[in-house]
Amino acid sequence: MQVLYGRHHVRVFRFGFRLVRDEQVAEDLISEVFLDVWRQAGKFEGRSAVSTWLLAITRFKALSALRRRKDVELDDEAANAIEDTSDDPEVAAQKKDTSKALRKCLTALSPEHREIVDLVYYHEKSVEEVAEIVSIPENTVKTRLFYARKKLAELLKAAGVERGWP
Amino acid sequence: MMATSKKILEQEPSEVEMLLPWHATGTLNARDARRVDEALARDPALAKQYAAIQEEYAETIHLNESLGAPSARAMQKLFVAIDGEPARKPSVSFDISARIAGFFAKLSPRTLAWSASLGALLLLLQAGVIGAVLMTKQNASFQTASLSPSAPSPNAPITRTLGPEAPPLRALVRFAPDARVADIMALLDNYQASIIDGAKGGLFRLQFANRAMGRDEFAGLMRKLQNEKIVSLAVDAQ
Repeated sequence: MQVLYGRHHVRVFRFGFRLVRDEQVAEDLISEVFLDVWRQAGKFEGRSAVSTWLLAITRFKALSALRRRKDVELDDEAANAIEDTSDDPEVAAQKKDTSKALRKCLTALSPEHREIVDLVYYHEKSVEEVAEIVSIPENTVKTRLFYARKKLAELLKAAGVERGWP
Repeated sequence: MMATSKKILEQEPSEVEMLLPWHATGTLNARDARRVDEALARDPALAKQYAAIQEEYAETIHLNESLGAPSARAMQKLFVAIDGEPARKPSVSFDISARIAGFFAKLSPRTLAWSASLGALLLLLQAGVIGAVLMTKQNASFQTASLSPSAPSPNAPITRTLGPEAPPLRALVRFAPDARVADIMALLDNYQASIIDGAKGGLFRLQFANRAMGRDEFAGLMRKLQNEKIVSLAVDAQ
């Protein structure tokens, strides 16, 4: 368990943190996830990578935590924050920095879009693995990421960054 | 030539266009990767979109890496919880857990070898510590029940005590993977501790010879133990 924890806890934490947006809750998630792994090792069928299995459990736990906190409105606040600060000179300067703007917009995506972007770009999961983690068909995985990227482009545009797509 | 990117304008993504992110992360199978490569070579608009995807890819990694790592609290909480779990009986359904255990074993032969040799040494050490404690205390407060003025009843069983009974002070400790056995033995000696159980989940249960410590004193001892170079985790296990 120590080796498993050592190898995966940071990625589990970051995936959970991006979903629940609360460091303490994300830390609690880690304990819950690995305790579940300890208890349910027998259910792991070995057909997928251990990391895929862990991320699926983390996602389930994170969504349960979010439901408990009824915290969904935070996402609207985050999205609004981008437009609200558009007149701030400091933010205006940031607009020129595509990287910073991109990171800010990645944070402002909906939980559904955030998780798919993270799973593909950060956790480097294949279409099949994302489908398994999120429990959706593979075609939905592809279209969901496409529309997440489209939303990201819209947020960037609103923040003054044009990338020529879409 | 521009058929693929035309779809962008129509808001209907093509299959190849939707696969671009996975091409960037290198998680496509060979057939799909070849399809995407061919499409990128013949469609400049698609190539431009691919450049944007590579930016998104890099910034998503950057963003996630900036989130840092969890504190030791999460690990402490987990291993204390695991330690409190009931012992599991081996069963058919745990074939997979055995496979996972095998997987871990492959990854950490050094740790396993270390644990086995440590276990043998600790048994010897524990016997030594118990012996030393008995020898030390015999001069201090040994009394027989028959000589005790406070014996409640002449029919009470004859007992021997090593002073006033206090609950044993215990801690769960995980040693750093690179800790040497000699260092661990020196640490146990310093703290007058012996290992009474281990190594469940890599944790050893330590019992301290000095039972007379107050809660604050023991908490201080825990902090000191946690700060030892060869200790990666130390928690109160009362």
